Amino acid sequence: MKILVPVKQVEILDEDFDVQDDGRSIDPDCIEFELNEWDDYSWETALQLMEKHEGTVEAVPMTVGDESADDGLRKCLAKGGERAIRVWDDSVAGSDPIAIARLIAAAAKKEDAQLVLAGTQSTDQAHGQTGIAVAALLGWPHVAVVSALDYSAADGKLTVRRELEGGVEEEIEVALPAVLTIQLGINEPRYASLRGIKQAKTKTVDLLSPADLGVSTDQLGETGSAARVRRMYIPERSKAELITGTPPEQVKRLIEIVNELKGA
Amino acid sequence: MADILVISEQRRGVLNATVAEAIGAAKELASAKGGKVIVAVLGAEPERIIPSLSLAGVDEIVSVALPSSEFQSDEYEAAVAALIADRTPKAVLLPHSIDSLGYAPALAAKGGFGFATDVFGARYDGDDLLAVRQAYQEKVHVELEFPGKQTVVLTLRSSAFKAPEETGSPSVTSFEAPKADARTKHVTFHEPAAGDGEDLTAAEYILSIGRGVADEDNVAEFEDLAGALGFTLGCSRPIADNGWLPKFRQVGQSGKTVSACKVYVAMGISGSVQHLAGMKHVPHIIAINKDPEASIFSEAHYGIVGDMFEISKELKAQLG
Ligand SMILES: Cc1cc2nc3c(=O)[nH]c(=O)nc-3n(C[C@H](O)[C@H](O)[C@H](O)COP(=O)(O)OP(=O)(O)OC[C@H]3O[C@@H](n4cnc5c(N)ncnc54)[C@H](O)[C@@H]3O)c2cc1C
Repeated sequence: MKILVPVKQVEILDEDFDVQDDGRSIDPDCIEFELNEWDDYSWETALQLMEKHEGTVEAVPMTVGDESADDGLRKCLAKGGERAIRVWDDSVAGSDPIAIARLIAAAAKKEDAQLVLAGTQSTDQAHGQTGIAVAALLGWPHVAVVSALDYSAADGKLTVRRELEGGVEEEIEVALPAVLTIQLGINEPRYASLRGIKQAKTKTVDLLSPADLGVSTDQLGETGSAARVRRMYIPERSKAELITGTPPEQVKRLIEIVNELKGA
Repeated sequence: MADILVISEQRRGVLNATVAEAIGAAKELASAKGGKVIVAVLGAEPERIIPSLSLAGVDEIVSVALPSSEFQSDEYEAAVAALIADRTPKAVLLPHSIDSLGYAPALAAKGGFGFATDVFGARYDGDDLLAVRQAYQEKVHVELEFPGKQTVVLTLRSSAFKAPEETGSPSVTSFEAPKADARTKHVTFHEPAAGDGEDLTAAEYILSIGRGVADEDNVAEFEDLAGALGFTLGCSRPIADNGWLPKFRQVGQSGKTVSACKVYVAMGISGSVQHLAGMKHVPHIIAINKDPEASIFSEAHYGIVGDMFEISKELKAQLG
């Protein structure tokens, strides 16, 4: 069985970020990148399946992004796996999660994958769309927000738990091929060893274009998207009453407030 | 068309409260363009839910009987896709929830609809429908448009829209959902493990720590602090996920709602929508965070921009 794990480099804003003059994007100088928190868990899920079913399960991380997104793939490869896939050309720029899902679905077909493990959402945009859209485009069954997973190689069945509101879980059975979106806390992601980080540098990242995957340019970018950003802004918000001063002064006031509120 | 279709959602017979709020949002949008508010009630026994959704402003309730007693993504997706084809609404509103995360993206991707999730604002600008959501941990708001899309699917954040207060008398019709191939099988529900004697939902004074605590070894420091203040210790999700504190101490959407809490102190917690879901109703919230832009400050009543460790040490010193 081959598992495809779509991962993403998320954008982290620094303290004095600003919206650009176009009013639709953040000044790129204020952005740093890191691997999406959820994807740490989905990649660990794939690695554990690969170890448990040694020799019969292969896991491949993939991303849709420009050259800088290779960092995220190398981070995955430092923990395991032999190769990764990156999809990009300029026609991908401006794609929303639905358009990106077209590329991931096409890659899953090309790779002949039977399982796609995506993150539930990303820390920067938090759309929570990509994985389940991939499932729809592939025509595969799917379960979102998965907090536990068991795979039976004998009958190609997955028994998973879907995490619901209030911490209740629903146990569900689903047969392969399938797409799952993985929730935080499903496992304890390992740390990469120094040796692993070194080895990752020599592992292959296959670069594919949308054309290689048979996805036409009108299916991508803003024309291929389900939504378009019209405006981005820093919201005016009500703010807490700030307690200022030196820490001893702040704490003195804090204790007064707490005592007042407790009616002491 | 200018009609707005609301899709109901329930679990184990309990209606999701955001459905009524979606009706409130639908009313606003429909009246702006002279459309109707249509509410589709999906489930094994829609008739049990229909009375509680007969709210002011609803023109029609469509009863859609489904085979499965609990949410099944393929059945929901097929039924809603068929409803959209039949009614061609301008917008389809559903709660942003675990269930909608499980089928709305499939619906939108297959149908080629406009689509946005976790939406907390919706309005028309001329004939263009616009939706507002957040990005970058609530630091930025994003207004989305849906050029060329006949129908737009929006999942709505809970507590963002106001549910109609009065009841109404909508007409009730029924709709036969196409037969769907249910490819996932519900086995059972598992309840979360109970806390050993400690119940966050009953605690009046809670001090919660978040990822700012940085290391498992630092947790004890705040356990002591909570003790010194006479507060119950709570936490955000990463602290429970890391196993630094037991799951029953987690506050938020997938943890506890601190219903009895009077004073909530959040230290090193950014203020994600999922954390807020469990505590934003608390009448007195005090936030301590080193990032002045952290969104928790817009929900808190008092705030200290500072280092939680420094504040903790000073607090202990002054409390003696
Ligand atoms: C379906 C779903 C359900 C979820 N359910 C929950 C839930 O029930 N509860 C929950 O909490 N989350 C939940 N989450 C996760 C949620 O999205 C966030 O990831 C999480 O709330 C972040 O926790 P945090 O605020 O502690 O961490 P972060 O967002 O990382 O914030 C840490 C904060 O600490 C501050 N900080 C760092 N160091 C210091 C210091 N020394 N002094 C002061 N401040 C400091 C930082 O400025 C930052 O604001 C859920 C997510 C999903 C998708």
